[in-house]
Amino acid sequence: MSTSSNAPKKNGIVEWIDYRLPIFTFMNHELREYPTPKNLNYWWNFGSLAGIMLVVMILTGIFLAMNYTAHVDYAFNSVEHIMRDVNYGWLIRYIHMNGASMFFLVVYIHIFRGLYYGSYKPPRELLWWLGLVILVLMMATAFLGYVLPWGQMSFWGATVITNLFSAIPLVGDPIVTWLWGGFSVANPTLNRFFSLHYLLPFIIVGVVMLHLVALHTHGSNNPLGVDHKKNPKDSIPFHPYYTVKDMFGLGVFLVIYAGFIFFAPNFFGEPVNYVMANPLQTPAAIVPEWYLLPFYAILRSIPDKLAGVIAMFGAIFILFLLPWLDSSKVRSATFRPIYKQLFWIFLADCLVLGWAGAQHPEGAPLLIGRLAAAYYFVHFLVLLPLVSKYEKPRPLPESISTPVLAKTEKA
Amino acid sequence: MSESAGTSAPHDHPHGHGSEGETRRDFLALAATAFAGIGAAVALWPFIDSMNPAADTLALSSIDVDIAPIAVGQRVTVKWRGKPVFIDHRTKQQIDEARAVNIAELRDPQKDEDRVQKDEWLIMVGVCTHLGCIPLGQKQGDPVGEFGGWFCPCHGSQYDTSGRIRKGPAPLNLPVPSYKFLTDTSVSIG
Repeated sequence: MSTSSNAPKKNGIVEWIDYRLPIFTFMNHELREYPTPKNLNYWWNFGSLAGIMLVVMILTGIFLAMNYTAHVDYAFNSVEHIMRDVNYGWLIRYIHMNGASMFFLVVYIHIFRGLYYGSYKPPRELLWWLGLVILVLMMATAFLGYVLPWGQMSFWGATVITNLFSAIPLVGDPIVTWLWGGFSVANPTLNRFFSLHYLLPFIIVGVVMLHLVALHTHGSNNPLGVDHKKNPKDSIPFHPYYTVKDMFGLGVFLVIYAGFIFFAPNFFGEPVNYVMANPLQTPAAIVPEWYLLPFYAILRSIPDKLAGVIAMFGAIFILFLLPWLDSSKVRSATFRPIYKQLFWIFLADCLVLGWAGAQHPEGAPLLIGRLAAAYYFVHFLVLLPLVSKYEKPRPLPESISTPVLAKTEKA
Repeated sequence: MSESAGTSAPHDHPHGHGSEGETRRDFLALAATAFAGIGAAVALWPFIDSMNPAADTLALSSIDVDIAPIAVGQRVTVKWRGKPVFIDHRTKQQIDEARAVNIAELRDPQKDEDRVQKDEWLIMVGVCTHLGCIPLGQKQGDPVGEFGGWFCPCHGSQYDTSGRIRKGPAPLNLPVPSYKFLTDTSVSIG
């Protein structure tokens, strides 16, 4: 299987193991010779960055858990103990805390990359679905983790989010009591949140594996959206071309990440979360972490409890339908003049929603938030199906190499 | 494009870009790998060090004990760094027994004089040097072994009135912690 010149050098022990358990053949196949489109741009770096962030979060989380106490009387102080007493505890916590923001930043870029280049289209629908499952699991994990320091925002965030389930008719209240393990967010809640916060990342690892299996089945999409397996000239081995490119991107990313850790570690946080949870006093403003703001804005834009909750969850689940809402055969927005504009408007709409989610829900911000929330759904349910049906795409190149060769011939 | 252009070994490049370019590439690959490797190793340190005792643990590392109420012949246990410390107000007879021993016969030869600061006060960490159990002998009626000191119930190690190992599997004497007498009736351990 591994006979190409790109194969690693033979070694007796490696061969002995590989004959019985072909992990080396597998790694060589998937990480070295794995045929990758030769035209991937830097937007394709964010998948591997997300994988690296998952590992960083799990490692730092394991070390934080060694010093954290999941009890309402000790949790807040144990976090301060980590910050002040534990050797390099401040560093490990700041890596983890800012890591959550970096993880979401990277994943959101990864998702918008997929939206622009049509990476959700056949045969990659399940790949897209698995990615969305990872996103939902990430949101749950981030929410659970945010509760653990047991600050004011932890407590009231937990109260608000768990109360979302009380919107469910008939069984809403029993479900919320069940989630809490009591009649308010309290010690049983904190204990189970810690347990689940430790569990979910490993479930994410499992779904990431499936995501990668699905990815490697048909290979990466590419900026032209043309199948790279049709023309042998269109593929290059993953190693060294994309290992080097991923490593370079990682270096740039780590500079930014370290900038936050060392120079603005609380940039993404809320100061009020350094006040210990007080079940008798709600802070002046309840704001979720930035990565949940667009969904929070959608929730608040609808003046009905149940409808708001449905809209918020619907905003995520509508993404599962995307491969069928967008029926265009052409993947890349590069060849779709109208969809390309829709994409940028949609991106702006999400940013507006994020802004609206951070404002007090009254006056102009509320109105803008409502318009943006409405557009979010109009984009998916009206504009996208119509555009994908009536838009006339520009002609596609026959292969990735074709446009390049055409250019050089002209020159 | 030749497929072999991707590998770093020079002999894989029959139509390469000249030997000068290969040397440069090898150097860059080596330098980058070494740099990343050292960086990763350095990044490990905060994680390893975070498992060392934290500042609040270290702050509790010494204790002051009032020894005035301890009568002659009485043994008292205090907790220091999570471990028992034996404080033995020895009788004249116990001191004499400890000093009559032929040092050459001991498994871990040590003079009784070297194990105490004041003859009547024996202070040691009460953890058996075999596998960490707490030897018996602190309470009235405990077995003290053949040598009148301490007897470890786990594997039968026996210590004499100076806390030295005399019989059984333990390799070393009960260790003496660093301590100093603040006054005649107060001692600071640690």
